[in-house]
Formats: sequence, C-alpha cells, structure tokens
Amino acid sequence: MRTLLIPVLCAVVIVALLPLIAGYIVLVERKVMAHMQARLGPMRVGPHGLLQPIADALKLMLKEDVIPTNADRLIFWFAPVASVAAALVAYSAMPIGPAFQIADLNVGLLFIVAVSSLGIYGVVLGGWASNSHYSLLGAMRSAAQLVSYEVAAGLALVSVLLLAGSLSMKEIVQAQLDQGVWFVFYVPFGFFIYLVASIAETNRAPFDLPEADSEIVAGYMTEYSGFRWALYFLAEYANVIVVAGVATTLFFGGWLRPLTRYHDHFPGTHVELLDVVPAFAMIALALYCFRLAPRQPLRVQKRVMAAAGVKCVLFAGILFAALFGSDAVREGVHGAFWFLAKVGAYIYCFMWFRFTFPRYRFDQLMRLSWQFLIPLGLVNVIGVAVAIVLRERWDWNPFFSLVPTTIVTLGFAAWLTADKLELSGTDEDIAAESAAVLPGSGE
Amino acid sequence: MSAGNEAAGFGTARGVDTTVLGENEIILNMGPQHPSTHGVLRIKLRLDGERVVDSECIIGYLHRGVEKIAEHRSYPQFAPYVDRMDYVAAVSNGLGYCEAVEKLLGAEAPPRARVVRTILAELQRIASHLLWLGTHALDIGALTPIFYSMREREEILKIFEKYCGARLTTHAFRIGGLQYETYDTFEYDVKRFCEALAARIDEYETLLTENRIWVGRTKGVGVLSADDAIALGVTGPVLRASGVQWDLRKAQPYAAYEQYQFEVPTRENGDAYDRYLVRIAEMRQSRLIVLQAVEQIPEGPIMARIGKVLKPPPGEVYHSIEGPKGELGYYIVSDGTIQPYRVRVRPPSFFNLQAFHRMARGAMVADVVAIIGSIDIVLGEVDR
Repeated sequence: MRTLLIPVLCAVVIVALLPLIAGYIVLVERKVMAHMQARLGPMRVGPHGLLQPIADALKLMLKEDVIPTNADRLIFWFAPVASVAAALVAYSAMPIGPAFQIADLNVGLLFIVAVSSLGIYGVVLGGWASNSHYSLLGAMRSAAQLVSYEVAAGLALVSVLLLAGSLSMKEIVQAQLDQGVWFVFYVPFGFFIYLVASIAETNRAPFDLPEADSEIVAGYMTEYSGFRWALYFLAEYANVIVVAGVATTLFFGGWLRPLTRYHDHFPGTHVELLDVVPAFAMIALALYCFRLAPRQPLRVQKRVMAAAGVKCVLFAGILFAALFGSDAVREGVHGAFWFLAKVGAYIYCFMWFRFTFPRYRFDQLMRLSWQFLIPLGLVNVIGVAVAIVLRERWDWNPFFSLVPTTIVTLGFAAWLTADKLELSGTDEDIAAESAAVLPGSGE
Repeated sequence: MSAGNEAAGFGTARGVDTTVLGENEIILNMGPQHPSTHGVLRIKLRLDGERVVDSECIIGYLHRGVEKIAEHRSYPQFAPYVDRMDYVAAVSNGLGYCEAVEKLLGAEAPPRARVVRTILAELQRIASHLLWLGTHALDIGALTPIFYSMREREEILKIFEKYCGARLTTHAFRIGGLQYETYDTFEYDVKRFCEALAARIDEYETLLTENRIWVGRTKGVGVLSADDAIALGVTGPVLRASGVQWDLRKAQPYAAYEQYQFEVPTRENGDAYDRYLVRIAEMRQSRLIVLQAVEQIPEGPIMARIGKVLKPPPGEVYHSIEGPKGELGYYIVSDGTIQPYRVRVRPPSFFNLQAFHRMARGAMVADVVAIIGSIDIVLGEVDR
C-alpha cells in the first residue's frame, strides 16, 4: 500500500501543478519576448503581469465551446485529450531529483520517447476531425515532421545510451555521477542534434510549421477554441518540459549540481560549501522582489510583489533547512532545485531561438532532418561506439577517446553544410518537383 | 485563353478551375480573413499537397469607390481621400495628387514647398519600407524585426504629427504648396532621426540578411523575370529587383529630386530576397536624400498663387510619382468646373499584384505568404 501511495501522490502533484507551471512558462515566455523586442509585455494583471496566466486560464474555461458543423464530433473531442494524456504520462518516468519520481522504469527513456510521440495522434486526429483545409495541412505537416525528427532525436539519445549503458533515467544520472562528467561534454554533437530535434518535435519556432500562424492560420488548432484549445496548449508546453527534462537528464547530469567532484565541507559540519549556493541565490531573488515591491503603483501590486519575495525567502529557507536534514532529504530538495534550474535554462534557449529565427519551409525542414541531422547522428553514434571500444579494450582516457569522435563529427558537419546541404534545394530539384505537379509544364 | 499562360501550363486568366480536381488536390481559400494577406486579399489556391498548382487573386473587399467620390468633390476636397488609398504611405499619395492637379492648373509649387515635400515623401518611403520589413519578416516567421522597425517608424510618425497633427492619413500638402509651415525643430528632428537610422538598418540586416533560414526562405522564391515584370506593368522595388533600372525620381524628376544625388539600387534575380535587399538599400538612399534636402531648405513662400477657387481649364493630365511601392499615377480629366470630371488612379500595388500568379507557380503554401509579403501590397490601394 505504501509503495503505491507515494507514486500516486507524485502523480497527483504533477497533474495538479502542470497547468499552473505551463501558464507561468507562457508568462515568462511573453516577458522574455517582450524584453527582446523592446517592450514590456503583460503588465496589467497583477504586478508585472504575474496574475496573467490565471486570468487567461479563466477566460479560456469560460469561452463558448464551438464545434464546427461538419466536424467528426467524437474525434474532435478525443484529439486534445489524447495529446494531453500522452504528454502527462511521459512524466511518470521523469526523475525530478533523486526522490521525486513516479516510477523508475528500467526502460524509462524508451518509455518517455514512446509515450510522448503518441501525442502526434492528438494532432493528426484533431486536424482531420476539424474538417478544415488549414487544419488538415497542419496535421499533415506535423505527422511528417514528427516522424523525421523522432529518428534524429533517437540517434542523439543512442549516443548517450552507449555511454551510460542503461535506459533507466536514474541510472543515466548515476553514470554521469560515477564518470564525473556531464555527457554534454562527452558528446556535444549528440546534444546539438537533440536540441534541434527536440525543438522540432515540440512544434516550436523555427520549426513551428504545423501551427504556422502566418501561413495556415493555426494549423491543426484552427478550429479549436476555449478549453479544448487550452488542452492543446497545455500539451505543447508539457511536451516542452518533457524534452527539457530528457535533455537535462541525459546531457546535463539531471539533478546533479555542477562540480559534483568538489566535496569540501564547512569546518565542523557535514554541509558542503557549494550546497549553500541555491539558498543564497533565492535570498538574492527575494531581496530583488522586496526592492521592487514599494515601487509598484497599486497596493495590491505591492502586496503580490512582496508575497513573491516572501515565497523566495521560503524557498531559501527550505533549501537551507534541507542541508541539515538526512541525506535523502538534502539530495531530494537540492536535486529538484538543480533539475528545475537546468530545465528552465533549456526552456529559455527554446524561447531565445523562437524570437530570433524565421520559420523553415516544409521541404527545408525535411532536408534538414534527413540530409543533415540523421547522417550526422549516425556518424556520431559510430564515433561514440568506437570511442567506447578504445576505452574498454585499450584503456584510453574516456575524455580523450571521445575527442576524435567530436572532431570527425564536426568535420562531417562542415562537409555536409558546405557541399551537400542545399536547404532550399537546387534549381533542378525545384523544377522537377514543380514539373511533377504542374499540368503540361513545358517551360 | 491568353497564349502566355497557356504556354506556361499554369492556369488561365479566367481563374482557378475548381470543377475538376486531381486525386491529391484541394482548393484552399486564403483570405479575405487571413493573418498574412495584408488586409482583405483573397487568394484561391489549387494545391497538390503543399504545392501551388494554380492561383487566383480575388480583390474588391475594400472597395470604397474612391474614384467615383472624386467626381462629386471639388479638387481640394478630394485631397484627404487619396490619403486613404495607400494608408501606410499617405504623404506620397498626397504628393502625387497635388502635383497632378498643379500640372492641370499650370501652376508650380514654390521651391521651399518642393523641398519640404521631398523630405516628407522620402520619410514616408522609409516608414512604408519599415512597415513592409516588419510584416514581411513576421510572415516568414521572424517575430522580432517588426518591433524594431515599428520603433523607427514611430519616430517618423512623430515628425508627421508635429508637422501636421496627423500620423497616418496626414493630408500634409495643399494643391499649390504646403498645408503648414514647418515647425521650429523640424530640421533638428529629421536630422537626428536620419543619424540614428543608419545603425538601425544595420541592426535589421544583422537579424536577416545572412540568416541561413531567411535566405533559404526568400532566395529563389517568387522569381519574376525582367521581361515578365515589364509586360505585367510591375513597377517600384519589385521591378528594380528584377534588374530594370527604372525610377521615376530619376526618369522624370518631380518635386525637388533633380537637386539631390542618390542611386537607384537594383538587383538581378527578381526573387523575394532581392526585393528585400532592394528595399533595404532604398531606405539607405532615402536617408541620404533627406539628409541632403534638410541641409538647405530654401526660404520663401510655401504656397503658389493659385487663387481661392480652383477651376482648372478643360483638359486632361497624367502625372505619376515614384511611390514607396512603385509608380503611383493620377489621370485627371477636367471639364472646367470646380469638380473633376474623372479621376483615375494607377496604384502600384494593383499592378504589382497581377504578377503574383506568375510568381506563385509551383511554389509552396509557405512561399505564397513570402511572395505576397515581398510584393508589398496595400489593399486600400488595390481596391480603392
């Protein structure tokens, strides 16, 4: 009974908190976007727009539920649910710190990849059920895109699996602890491929073709509104967090803090020097909030800002108190902090790319995957395999055995981009493709 | 059936055939409500998957009968209406109309008025190109440039606002000269803006010009050959991007353009990327023109002596200027009364849009929005 209770509690916490977290990620995204674009972003609802996600959520729930006349009602209803369900189930194998994990599957990574790619059903079915051309185009794009980038992402993951020797998320982190290095330093190209592929898999710019607003209105979501739309939205951000979590676990040491090999203690205690950094960071954030609070124009805004500061102090207190708890408590709390911090940094990169790059075209997107990322991923995997053989057979230093792999992959990438990769296709390609569809083209 | 289109195997002038569809084909109505048709353009696309097999532009959703209204207004009364055609370049519209009526009257604006007109029209060209740049980038998926370009456009609109009180539909000029004398810090404001602008244009170029995705999305997209461009009556940056060096500011100078030195940027390939480069280069040239003009604005009256009631002699006139989007022409027939007998406007967007059909052949859906953006249409002007 007890063994079941904790996973169930974890699951409830995740399902309850995720919409809120997703809402605040959206707020952060809007704020980041605003600062990159020389404007302020949400400022009206709460201080600096802090209550905006709640207002948005309320609005979406109160909206009229519109189902197009000729839509397939059952599938129209089912599609967003499928999307969200797939995204949420993927969390069950995600270790948020050593203590907080619903199930430590021995095939955890495989499970996450498999389940989160089921979300495509929601997209394709929703696009088809809407009975709209825009939705259909979006769904078609999405299906092709996900299948292509799943391959590239898979190859990137394989390079880590070779190093870690396990599919269990916990053991992959453990392997990084044992080997004393984050795998991103061993296989930078694996990480690069996963970064690109994960952006594409979560349908985010510059790969947001399935919902390219300037081309096909909103893609598969065109006919969705209100709560159903909110479900798709939730699924998208839940997926972003999943890929960020996978990247963190595989490439950035999961819940491990930086400098894992540095273990100096405060004299006379068992508290490590570096473990107090998170607490102090939260205190600094709290001070910043307190400094901003009196400058808010309205009393309610002052109070919410101050409350945010108090919350930061609270977090700092928890982080600090955890240092004096048992090992399990300390590692659980601090592990969760580091994991979430890394996930946040990864999501920030997503936002940064989104506001910097124009959007790929459909054929370019496919070429990027099949002609660049997948060959690169193959070379990388072979290189890593060779490096592991070198390490195990001839006792090479693990780091130096991987340097040639990286160099070879880099050279291959340079060769691919220099000669082979014509993103827009050669003129003959375009002419041939056009000729295939144009009636009686003789020009 | 027109022979040219038939030979190209690309639909006919009669429009998209929606009756017989191939196995993989769908008809997609893009617009009139669509995020990137720049207003209320409707495009009927016949698609094979994502490829455009045939296309047809359907216009008229913003038709207000501007030309007909002109027949019931006196000459000065009609001037504010022209601002509402290309509403992102109202100053240029006003300039074209005022000069056309002046030609009909046989009058000429005094030198000071002509120089101020040139300054404002060039600022308007920059503003129009800035708006184009932002929206075009937005269409292609770059979310950020529009906020930077709107920031600079705001400075121009502030200058307009200080000059005549209006920001968008300015009605800045009067037939025979200027509506208002320039304000005290006009020269200073204009100079300060131009000095800041150079670095800002560099900034846009850093974001886009060598961006691999941007180049991939625009290079080779919507190609229009020089012959086609001339045959279709295309003008402005779209024509110059196809390699035809034709700019009315040089070819038949008006206002004060013959006094200033500037280049007419052209490119050879005639694709969306070249149109982008041409417009960026044009902004730099416009900046130089403004800087030259603002250095020495001649003193003197701002209105010619044309009398209070305008009664042009019977006759007709065609006058065209180089608007931000191309040749903006006014054909005015006078019957000797205070109202024009007929006003016909030659809006650049209307003619440039005709080339869409040719540019979109074999393109993908994503290219369609890139092509519309690169033509730089304003539906207020297309539909009138």
